[in-house]
Amino acid sequence: MGDKKDRIPRQPMPEQPPEQRRRNFDEVPLGYPPEIAQREAGRCLQCKNPACVSGCPVGIDIPRFIRHIREGDFTKAIATLKEKTALPAVCGRVCPQEVQCEQRCVLAKSGEAVAIGRLERFAADIDRAHGSPLLPELPKPTGKSVGIVGSGPAGLTVAGDLILKGHAVTVYEAFHKAGGVLVYGIPEFRLPKAIVQEEVGYLEKLGVCFELNAVIGRTETVDELLARHDAVFIAVGAGLPTFLGVPGENLIGIYSANEYLTRSNLMKAYLFPQYDTPIVRGTNVVVVGAGNVAMDAARTALRLGAERVTIVYRRSRNEMPARAEEIHHAEEEGIVFELLTAPVRFLGDTAGRVNAVECIRMRLGEPDESGRRRPVPIEGSNFHIETDMVVIAVGAGANPLITSTTPGLAVNKRGYIIVDPQTGKTRKPRVWAGGDIVTGQATVILAMGAGRIAATSIHQYLTLGW
Amino acid sequence: MYEIVYRQEMAQGTVVLNVIKAPKIAAKAQPGQFVIVKANETGERIPLTMADTDPEAGTITIIYQVVGKSTALFKTLQVGDAYQDVLGPLGKPTHIERYAGIVICIGGGTGVAVVHPITRAFKNAGNHVVAIIGARTKDLLILEDKMLDASHELQVCTDDGSYGHHGFVTDVLQQYLNGSRPVSMVVAAGPVPMMKRVAAMTKPHSIPTMVSLNAIMIDGTGMCGGCRVSVDGTNRFTCVDGPEFDGHQVDFDGLMQRLSAYRQQEQQAMELFAHECKLRNLT
Repeated sequence: MGDKKDRIPRQPMPEQPPEQRRRNFDEVPLGYPPEIAQREAGRCLQCKNPACVSGCPVGIDIPRFIRHIREGDFTKAIATLKEKTALPAVCGRVCPQEVQCEQRCVLAKSGEAVAIGRLERFAADIDRAHGSPLLPELPKPTGKSVGIVGSGPAGLTVAGDLILKGHAVTVYEAFHKAGGVLVYGIPEFRLPKAIVQEEVGYLEKLGVCFELNAVIGRTETVDELLARHDAVFIAVGAGLPTFLGVPGENLIGIYSANEYLTRSNLMKAYLFPQYDTPIVRGTNVVVVGAGNVAMDAARTALRLGAERVTIVYRRSRNEMPARAEEIHHAEEEGIVFELLTAPVRFLGDTAGRVNAVECIRMRLGEPDESGRRRPVPIEGSNFHIETDMVVIAVGAGANPLITSTTPGLAVNKRGYIIVDPQTGKTRKPRVWAGGDIVTGQATVILAMGAGRIAATSIHQYLTLGW
Repeated sequence: MYEIVYRQEMAQGTVVLNVIKAPKIAAKAQPGQFVIVKANETGERIPLTMADTDPEAGTITIIYQVVGKSTALFKTLQVGDAYQDVLGPLGKPTHIERYAGIVICIGGGTGVAVVHPITRAFKNAGNHVVAIIGARTKDLLILEDKMLDASHELQVCTDDGSYGHHGFVTDVLQQYLNGSRPVSMVVAAGPVPMMKRVAAMTKPHSIPTMVSLNAIMIDGTGMCGGCRVSVDGTNRFTCVDGPEFDGHQVDFDGLMQRLSAYRQQEQQAMELFAHECKLRNLT
């Protein structure tokens, strides 16, 4: 190893400056140019026993794809990624690498980890810019068929894995566009929708069928799918909004994060009136919650013209569940944080529009079941924040549409589907499940990891019968 | 794509009926359920209760009033054209059973389209069904012949007295409530003030009253909560818990407020659309 002074530092990724980006929906990080990517790839020590790989939920051969980038063989780099992930352009952008692969990087111990996520994004973007993405060779059809319910990250992963094994794959999506949370939830400035469309298009090129506007549980049931598919994988996400249950929550201008983001992202309400779906454009916006979804909502509100966006969170900075990078980006863009603060009720005008949030200050008490210190209200500390739009982003629950219409599917007391974690098998024969409908609201890559496990088990069942 | 195989303008062109090819939905749909319809790539998702279905032909019937940009856009679609997206069947089907007393089905304006399949289902279940339908004026009345078939007694009202009973559907309802025949069930669909009034009238008589709500929705699967309405003090989602609720428990004022959420944007979109249409006609 060279002298410490000669060491190449972790290469920053060029970004749109905060002042500019807070008013547009273009992507914030701009990606590595090839020479920077190669310089960053050169930092990788190519460990014999790479810890980073064990930190990747889908087990990408990280040192190998990075070595190919360093050597300038970008085609081999993307081929290495695609062995394990059907969605590299997505994962390179939205994975929490700092708590996964990059956290385990040896360099992280003495300084800064290799920017694995940025390199993954680089390889995927080069591949997409190519026009005709690399298509792997497909095996002979097995004659078996799989129905996948939901086209989010878990569903797409299973689709990608099983089509490569020669099985026929149909993905059922309730919305009119495939991609699930990648399309309705994550905003354009963090994950351009064109990228999701291309990743979906790639699966279509491989032979995956997408049936849109198919609400399983209503249009058809899981049992009907089982009549024409050999196996069914359920990955419908955690599609049930959580509200606070405080007075005034039905006032106009108060959205669940699901509704606010779906309007803006899927329905493109940010382009109203070119697109027909309207959205309230708040001037003084309050976002309740401090997870990634809350950051997405806050930054969307800013881009829709808000003068002031305040995040209200009942715990302190240390407990904020959002990724460090998302919090950092939000702060750079001027989002205000009211920590240790909780809404107690919403106030409105005579037309029923929200005009203020009454909040109470909190202090941290003893740790609760989650291990985090429980927020306790400070009596008499109530105060008002003026607002004309509120987004409630305090998590999501299990949508009962599938579980209530599928006999034999066991769920836990919170309504999530019970599976064998080793295989993703549910208690119902020939049915697997994965992603947020099993774990509760989590990350894109964890859903993909669950998809990978289920796909392996489904393939084993289809070929060996168990 | 979901092709329009039949189209009919009603109520002087303010209401349009479309029969749409949607075999999977037609096979499953039951009275009281709805679909979400989107015309094109840039379109809005609009929930509409199905007025009829034909499982053999694989078609569903929707009837909409032209009130804004989205429905004005729908109106431009002719036979052979298609909706880009139709999703369904959504919501809970109407609970149909045989009652001892009479069943009264009330429809106001395009609400008549909503109560039509429900009325027929109650009749088919062996109930004695009274239908009360109304409109502002004779020319705006829809589905009179269909409602005649679907019920045992049909009462027609117009606000201006140009046809049938001069007055509101609630006036006729009052006569039945005062009458000697016991009323077991009342179903109402139409403008929110009408449903609110119906519920207020049946409550003192303790007559079960179902109302079909038309909240603003996005996904229709219980994901966004935009269609939430307070029912007996608890928030319920119109899309999955409804669209029908116990009229005696619904917070109609809250519903009405939420329906006005986008009035300004709706007007803006409509003006822009009218302007574009004008330009297109000029060139």
